[in-house]
Amino acid sequence: MSDLTRLSLADARDGLAAKRFSAAELTQAHIAAVEAARGLNAFVAETPDIARAQAKESDARIAKGEARPLEGLPLGIKDLYATKGVRTQACSHILDGFKPAYESTVTANLWRDGAVMLGKLNMDEFAMGSSNETSYEGAVASPFLPPNMTADQARGRLADKAKKGLLSPGGSSGGSASAVAAHLCLAATASDTGGSIRQPAAFTGTVGVKPTYGRCSRWGMVAFASSLDQAGPIARSVRDCAIMLRSMAGPDAKDTTCVDFPVPDYEKAIGQSIKGKTIGVPKEYRLDGMSQEIVALWEQGVAWLKDAGAKIVEISLPHTKYALPAYYIVAPAEASSNLARYDGVRYGLRVPGRDIVAMYENTRRAGFGAEVRRRIMIGTYVLSAGYYDAYYVKAQKIRTLIKGDFEKVYAAGVDAILTPATPSPAFALGSQTSDDPVEMYLNDVFTVTVNMAGLPGLALPGGVSAEGLPLGLQLIGRPFEEETLFAVGAALEKAAPKIALPQAWWA
Amino acid sequence: MSVDQATVRRIAHLARIAVKEEEVAHLQGEVNAILAFVEQLNELNVDGVEPMTSVVPIRMKMRDDVVTDGEMAEKVTGSAPVSDEHFFVVPKVVE
Repeated sequence: MSDLTRLSLADARDGLAAKRFSAAELTQAHIAAVEAARGLNAFVAETPDIARAQAKESDARIAKGEARPLEGLPLGIKDLYATKGVRTQACSHILDGFKPAYESTVTANLWRDGAVMLGKLNMDEFAMGSSNETSYEGAVASPFLPPNMTADQARGRLADKAKKGLLSPGGSSGGSASAVAAHLCLAATASDTGGSIRQPAAFTGTVGVKPTYGRCSRWGMVAFASSLDQAGPIARSVRDCAIMLRSMAGPDAKDTTCVDFPVPDYEKAIGQSIKGKTIGVPKEYRLDGMSQEIVALWEQGVAWLKDAGAKIVEISLPHTKYALPAYYIVAPAEASSNLARYDGVRYGLRVPGRDIVAMYENTRRAGFGAEVRRRIMIGTYVLSAGYYDAYYVKAQKIRTLIKGDFEKVYAAGVDAILTPATPSPAFALGSQTSDDPVEMYLNDVFTVTVNMAGLPGLALPGGVSAEGLPLGLQLIGRPFEEETLFAVGAALEKAAPKIALPQAWWA
Repeated sequence: MSVDQATVRRIAHLARIAVKEEEVAHLQGEVNAILAFVEQLNELNVDGVEPMTSVVPIRMKMRDDVVTDGEMAEKVTGSAPVSDEHFFVVPKVVE
């Protein structure tokens, strides 16, 4: 029955409803796939007992004709979501052994709707990274084979914690993207602060959605940068993401930034005509020295939308180039504040010291990885006396300008914006070893503006590179108009060549 | 702007992160690389621009000022590395 893992989330749902197979069978097929794929390191905790119990309840409900929207569908959960009684560490050493006594709102919504939990997914530590290499649990391999590497050669590298030479699934939601692309789960939760859903989706030929800020509750998600963080799904089709987001989103009294708007049935947007929609193409995203294949992908995306009846207009978002540097002030500043809570007192790791300050310092030195320490230091500096106005306030002013750029084009009638998702296809693990941390940050150059302006964004596969690796397109929408993204995304998906997700060389 | 080694030590202490002496020069380089990257923001005149406080223009939700949960000391202290009788235990802070 292993072909049950080849189903889309929507087809699995429909197959369960038609009683072609049971939730127990569907879950068992995925549990087996997860076990066979341990070499990829996508899962950092497996919860087969929980999954089987949930599937059993799902089968009972289906039998009674009481199926809920995600009844019996096996999902992976990013390690950043608090799951009651199940390891929740944001893949950091400092949260060693943390099993929360509570459930995040987003995952609670998924269980309310009948979903099945397969386990927790690997990620960059505290979601800080673009390659999944900052995880305390080690790197995650993409299921895509590196060009010029055979399956045997790739298998030989799985045992190495750094998985050098294999492809990165991107980050920070690298475990989510890898698990979905490898058919280990039907869909996964992810989170996006600067591109952490969309860049991994682009690297792995999957679809990822970062909703409008405030669409999903952040309650029970391990916080990185609170004004930028947003939950979203990674799945294998636009429709599957629409189904996931409908369940994940919704009002929550426990998060004051979560809006009280009703959640539309996003799936209804799939297949809607996009005739007459105005799609903006921002000239500032045409970077100097951008690779020809990214330019070609983008032009192809424009052509597909034109064929589908959309009107294409060139637009200008003049402050685009300032988004990434401003992000690297705002995000570390908020991170330094959020991560102050990890002090060896209330949860996780404690390393003793001669007094309480030494205990804090030793705990945080040992518990945080190098990238997290670096960002906390930058954040501490830009918030410190004498620098607050020069850095933090200035960056927040620039954020106003970036948001203003989008507001102007939307006011002029643009419904959505098309850009590339990333400046390159997936790179090899261990290949970005420069001493300059900024090099890795450039991965987010096309995605970070969306977080800075709080807008919804969707990444989907648009084609392949010369070496056969997935390349992603990004759609940016108006606030709380995710439905437009799903409609336009589905039109692009229909036109784009289907990227064959890899066969299980790792098993 | 760039930071010297004394500033790196001061930031690390403010951030409560122990730093070994031999790491300071390397950290200084990394911090300065990031500060150099954000330097380009100075090209922009932001006089009169309102700093962003909320990315979504909605009113902050209000609720009645009443206790909504509590009485769960066991759960609150249950995740602590060291606790005793519903108290967090830390090294002595008062002589």
